[in-house]
Amino acid sequence: MKYLCLVYSDERLLHSSPDSPEDAECSAYAESVQGSGRMIAAEALESVETATTVRMRNGKLSITDGPFAETKEQLAGFYLIDAKDLNEALQVAGNIPAARVGSVEVRPVRQLNV
Amino acid sequence: MSDVRARVEQVYREDSRRILATLIRLLGDFDLAEEALHEAFFVAVERWQRDGVPDNPRTWLVSTGRFKAIDVLRRRARFKASQPLLLAQLDELEQADWSGEDVEDDRLRLIFTCCHPALAADAQVPLTLREVCDLTTEEIARAFLSAPAAIAQRIVRAKAKIRDAKIPYQVPTLNELPERLDSVLRVIYLVFNEGYSASVGAELTREDLTRESIRLGRLLMELLPEPEVMGLLALMLLHESRRPARTSPSGELVLLDDQDRALWDAGLMAEGCALVERALSTRRFGPYCLQAAIAAVHAEAPSAAETDWRQIVGLYDVLLRAVPSPVIELNRAVAVAKRDGALAGLLEIEGILARGELQDYHLAHSARAEFCRQLGRVEEARAAYQRALELTRQEPERRFIRGRIKALGLP
Repeated sequence: MKYLCLVYSDERLLHSSPDSPEDAECSAYAESVQGSGRMIAAEALESVETATTVRMRNGKLSITDGPFAETKEQLAGFYLIDAKDLNEALQVAGNIPAARVGSVEVRPVRQLNV
Repeated sequence: MSDVRARVEQVYREDSRRILATLIRLLGDFDLAEEALHEAFFVAVERWQRDGVPDNPRTWLVSTGRFKAIDVLRRRARFKASQPLLLAQLDELEQADWSGEDVEDDRLRLIFTCCHPALAADAQVPLTLREVCDLTTEEIARAFLSAPAAIAQRIVRAKAKIRDAKIPYQVPTLNELPERLDSVLRVIYLVFNEGYSASVGAELTREDLTRESIRLGRLLMELLPEPEVMGLLALMLLHESRRPARTSPSGELVLLDDQDRALWDAGLMAEGCALVERALSTRRFGPYCLQAAIAAVHAEAPSAAETDWRQIVGLYDVLLRAVPSPVIELNRAVAVAKRDGALAGLLEIEGILARGELQDYHLAHSARAEFCRQLGRVEEARAAYQRALELTRQEPERRFIRGRIKALGLP
């Protein structure tokens, strides 16, 4: 079963808190998930300042700066993993180094009804 | 004929939860398992009349339920032949080990699944009562004074999450166990507390809930005799033993000091005290054991005046170190007052309130009122009782506080 682990964090604290992980630690953790055979994809994201939001309404494309809503925590990265069940997914998600400063939302991937 | 029907009903009463738990494990789907359970019992009435009652009715029912579920899945698969999940589920089911050996573990799995921390806290209690205790949605709603539709919705959502997020149907591994067991014990204790001192309404207690929580405690104890499980069961038994003395014949609240101890249930007390000793002797005890130990000190005192308050304060000290909590501090303050006098207790409570804690907790204000009254500080006592009255939603307690205010005399 596939789970998407969305890593959220207050960007101002992500790299400046005493618990903030270094890039090397993040990369080492991603490798260990890879090694366990559960990794499908994982990436860290550039700051939300670089985000652009698009919408298609009545066939017309609208483009705006930033994310669609002001929130305390921003999406900072993600893991797409393959896990036996929710417990296994929570185990992988909980050990993502950024979980120490932010939070990780774990969502099962839905099978499209086609 | 009526013999067979009575036998089916007996098996349903005694074993339907075990059978359901096994079917949920095999099917991985609560709704499908419930449907299969009912179909299996439906078939049993007719089949057992014709062929006689099988040697092992439980195994027969699990096996029949499993075949019924396979039928259901086959029918569904015909309509949605392209659904790979459904086919995988069918495949798994046809090959699954369904021997009757594992049934007790199945019930334990069911409890842990219903109390999984990934489920909303307000769904864990109704889900456990529904699936493990077989209370109807209406019964649960009545017990918690909620609308049946709201309870039903929480249960439906929780079941959907178990299925869609694939919350596993298993007993946690040893390293996860302490935390997961905590959440199971918390759910059981919540059910008990709601039954023992219903937070709202005309009745002081709800026996159906205390009965179910003790039943769950016994079941857990049978399956997983950990010290904290013993502690929780002992705590519930010791509280329950006082029930006959806790309300007057007219339904009024009777405080521990004023209870007629001859009314306490000696059997429950003895069972509770023995469990406390057993739990404490493991040296791996936690908060439930300590609270049970405090209840046991009360149980062992022949009269309120002969209570060993020194020991109770000592137990509260240990408890506070394990779980710092203002409510436990408040209880300790009451014990300190018993040991050292009302002024000592009052100072403790004022310390807690001055920190800004328990300001909205009616028992903090009634305890403060009681100590002020004992010290002859009548106006302060009246104001504190007034505050407690504003914060209490439960009718017998409100009557009790009004009685106390009246007894203070006119302002």
